[in-house]
Formats: sequence, C-alpha cells, structure tokens
Amino acid sequence: MPLTPERLQDAYRQMLVIRKFEEAIRSLYQQGKIRGSFHPCVGQEATAVGGCWPLRKDDYLTCTYRGHGQAIAKGLSVRAAMAEMLGKATGCSKGKGGSMHFTDPSVGLLGANAIVAGGVPHAAGAALSSRLQKKDNVAIAYFGEGAVNQGVFLESLNLAVVWKLPLILVCENNLYSEMSPSHETTSVVETYKRAEGFGFEAVQIDGNDVEVVYNTVETVAGKARAGGGPFYIEAMTYRLWGHMMGDPEIYRTKEEVAKAKENEPIGRCGKRLIELGCSDADLTRLDAEAEAVIADALEFAEASPAPLPADALTDVFI
Amino acid sequence: MPNITYAQALNEALREEMKVDPRIFLMGEDIGHHGGIFRVTKDLINEFGAERVRDTPISESSFVGLGIGAAMTGMRPVVELLFMDFALVAADQIVNQAAKLRYMSGGTVSIPMVVRAQQGGGRGNGAQHSQSFETWFAQVPGLIVIAPSTPADAKGLLKSSMRAGNPVIFIEHKLLYNTKGDVPEGDYSIPIGKAEIKRDGRDITIVSYSRILLFALEAAETLAQKSIEAEVIDLRTIEPLDMPTILESIKGTGRLLVVHEAHNNCGLGAEIIARVYEQAPDSLIMPPRRLGAKHVPIPVAESLEDSVLPQTADIVNAVEAMF
Repeated sequence: MPLTPERLQDAYRQMLVIRKFEEAIRSLYQQGKIRGSFHPCVGQEATAVGGCWPLRKDDYLTCTYRGHGQAIAKGLSVRAAMAEMLGKATGCSKGKGGSMHFTDPSVGLLGANAIVAGGVPHAAGAALSSRLQKKDNVAIAYFGEGAVNQGVFLESLNLAVVWKLPLILVCENNLYSEMSPSHETTSVVETYKRAEGFGFEAVQIDGNDVEVVYNTVETVAGKARAGGGPFYIEAMTYRLWGHMMGDPEIYRTKEEVAKAKENEPIGRCGKRLIELGCSDADLTRLDAEAEAVIADALEFAEASPAPLPADALTDVFI
Repeated sequence: MPNITYAQALNEALREEMKVDPRIFLMGEDIGHHGGIFRVTKDLINEFGAERVRDTPISESSFVGLGIGAAMTGMRPVVELLFMDFALVAADQIVNQAAKLRYMSGGTVSIPMVVRAQQGGGRGNGAQHSQSFETWFAQVPGLIVIAPSTPADAKGLLKSSMRAGNPVIFIEHKLLYNTKGDVPEGDYSIPIGKAEIKRDGRDITIVSYSRILLFALEAAETLAQKSIEAEVIDLRTIEPLDMPTILESIKGTGRLLVVHEAHNNCGLGAEIIARVYEQAPDSLIMPPRRLGAKHVPIPVAESLEDSVLPQTADIVNAVEAMF
C-alpha cells in the first residue's frame, strides 16, 4: 500500500507519538521515576515508521535498546510501553524487561535487545522459520552502525546470504557508536558496502525522509515475500539527543546538533504535508492527537499497579 | 531390547521426534552428509532433507542465534555444537539471549531449543577441546542442563528435551558415543529432573553423572570386594537438581561423595554438599567429600591427563578414606 497523502498524515502523527513518548520518558527520568538506562531515538523516527509501516502485523521485528520507536511503529501498545517504562504489572513485559527489552509477539515484535547486534540473528532465525513453515512472513532487524563490528553481526550477514533468507536488515547510521564517532572505529563506515561484500542487495538511503524509507522497505519486503532476499538498507540519520540520559556529548558540537535539527524527520514531514495541501491547523491537530495518545498512556501507566514481589519468580520457563 | 551405542540412541531420538514433529530441524557443523563427527546425525539428511538437517558455517554465535529466532516463531531447533568448548564462542546467545528472552518478555515468548554438544576429556584433545561446563550453565537461570551417562538415558532424555519447550543444554561425552546399552524401542522418554539410582548400597552414596559415572560404578564393584557397598546415583539432569533422591539416599548411608569430571572450584560437588548441609545437616555421619579435576587446564599426554581427571582408583581411594 503506497504512502498516500492521507497515510502520510498518519505517519506524521505516529512519528510525533514516538517523539513525545521519548520526551515524556525524559521527563519521568528526570523525576526519578524510571529505573535503569534510557536510550532515546529522538531524530530517528522516520526509520522506525517508514520501516515498520509497510510490514504486516505478522512480519517479525527485532530491534535494539534504542528501539522504542520501532516497537511502537510495529504496533506495540503505547500504554503497555509506558507502563513497562514505569515498571508496572501492565507493562508489555510485566515490568521484567524495561526500556531495553520491549517485546510483543502478537505484533511480531520478538524483542528489543540490550546487546549490540544480539537480536540480528534472531530476525534471521525468524526469517528461516518463515521459509521452513512455507509462510511468506518477512523479518526485519534494526541496528545501528555501531553494530557492524560485532562478530555475530558479520556471521549473520554470511548466513542470511548463504540461506537466502527473507530478511531485511536496516542499519540506522546515526554517525555515533555510543559515544564515539563511528568513522574513527570502523574500517568501511559506509556499512552497505560491507553488506554488498557479503552478497547482499544493499542500498544507502536518506533515513530522515519517511517516504523514502517507506518506499524502500515496501519494495524489498515485497521481493522477500515473493522468495527474494536478503536485503540491506543503510538509512542515514542522526541522533538528536545523546547516547543515553546523562551523556555529556563531548564528542560533538552544539552547532553540529543545531544543523542536524534542520534535517530532522518530523519537521521535514510537516513541510512535505504543507506542500501536499495540509494547513498549519491540520498539523496542529495531528500534534494534539499525538499528545492525547501520550497523555492517555501516562495516565494508564501511572494508575497501574506495580508487580507483586512474588511475580519475580514466574516466566522463567513455560 | 536392542543393544545399541550412545550415538545410535541419540540418532534414534532425533529421527523419531523429527518424524512426528515437523517443527524440529537440526543445525550444526558437518551434520548433513558427513553425519556429524561422532555420527549422531548419520543418515538423517537422507530421510529429512537438507532443509531440516542444515550444515552451518563455523560461526556458533550466529547459528545458535538463528536457532533462538526460529524457536520464538514456531520451530523447535536442535543445534549441535561440535565441542562444548565452542559454546563460549556463542556464550552471548546462550546466556544473555536464550536463557533470558522469555523472562524479559514477561513470558510472552518461549525458546524451545536444544543445544547439544559433547564435552569432557580422556582422549588427549587438549585444553580447548576437553572441558566440562555443566556448572557454568547450571548457574544461569533459564537453562535446563542434562548430562546422560547411558544410551537409554541419552535417548529418553533427548526426547524429553525436544519436547520441553524451554532452552536445554544437552551435554554428551565424547567417550560415551561408542558405549553400548539396551535401549527401549519406539516412543519412550525419561523425565527431566529425575536422578536414578544405578546401584544400590547401604554404606556410602556416590553422586555422579555422564562418563565418570561409569568409573563410579566400576569403583563400587572394587569396593564391594572390600565389603563397602556404595549406592551410586546418576543425576542425569544437572539443573534442576534432584535433591530428594540424594537426601533419601544419604539418610540410609550417612556418607556422601560427589564425583565429576569438571573442575572442583565452585563446581557441582560444592553445590550439592552445600544443599545437603542446608536441607539435611544431620543426615551425614562424617564430612562429605568431592572429587573433580585438578585446578589446571586439561593437558594432552595420557600420563598428565590421567593425573588431572579423576580415575576409578581415585574414587576407590576417596571412598576408603571415609571409612
């Protein structure tokens, strides 16, 4: 289904929901209500929405600890996500997973992962599973360019090609591996070239243009569903906030971040909608709708009970 | 009842389960036409095809990881590692991923995957091909750990492992593959978590498992000639540990020796003895003992390896010292 102007409005609102979700988490974090780490995806909303929206609910997704956006874009309930952040029994993992482990197999979300590249082979395995069961589901794995030097990532590239898996790998290249510029630590920093070397059909795209991401993933997902694959997409983007809460961001200048903001995906999508005939009032309405989703989720999460201490002992085995 | 080898028994378990459960498929190095270096997967590719008996590249992390992804999405992979030592190459996928994904998802996903590998020494394979890691895995919540010593147990427990629906580390021993025993035909299984008394005795309880259990049984015969009757318990499952069987036995014998091939340091002997003191401190009439590998890497030369790994005579001596 193409991203019609009407659906582009929905995508815009979805990106706003993700942005506002992260902003709400930052605020809760500053109030001391969030335990552990929080790795925001602010600035990377277009890769999440553009990549997950062309997929079916029963297609598989693995993502990273910076994966709130993808999880929500794939269909994770914002209420369940917010409750998980607050450690509530109504969270998607009943408070056992937290920020870095959003999971909901009912929407194909096999899990965000706290080990860099750790979830990539799981998506490949889901793709294999689909083939073995003669289904046409595809699997998509998100990771940052910081993952491309992990052994399991390179091993998985090889296996995906050797076994011709219906797998879509999406590298969100945001230029920084945790707190280091990636070009300082990576031999071939244009990661799609690495994938090409392994035999992938690979492209590099503008990851801040939701339409470009959407159209690219829609095309390769169709090919993968029809027996093709695997595919590699390097989506160039930028992490507007730090690696995590408390990151002093000494590795980049304020000017660089300010310049990147001019290219951030939600502002660009808004401009595009105006070009397509939307009014400022339309954008304001979409913003308010997104705000309402977050307010509802916050209310739900705050009112939800904490898990019982005894619940810590369940869910280890079936 | 057919008398077959441990390797054949495992092969039967795989074949029978693959016949009835299309979700099961195998991955590992050289397991296809080669049939695995220990012949456990012999001929399975002819029967089930290369889709279900998949030769992998030498990249343990990724194919264990693929197994996890397949397990989460409706398949039941059985992944073979050539040597248990290589599990450390895939340690992230086993320990951080397979063992934890169900818990971290609040129970919404499950990982019905078996990771099979052979371990242990006695063959001069050297320090990177002879280790025993059962305690490492038993220490991780979310993993079931199995270590059968006989062909019948191997078949029955592998079947249970494939049906368990949870991640199982299935530990074989490289020097057990050619040992023979009577194995029931057709569909039978052995419950996970149940030890078995392999020899009755009234004077001392010897707890062991895997290959060195055979040494313990040999030692028990020697001891019988010296009028010491040892009860020999085969744990069969390392995690969860069958403490009731151990406690019941020592209630009668009052003496306990734990024998394993793994290193003693923080090993299963220490764990079992600690639990005995916690759960039944008055059942022992003298301090328990444990026998494991000396605290060095496993050497190659026979004279060296035999001095590092417990032998039958060491078991006899350890028991005699307790009388």
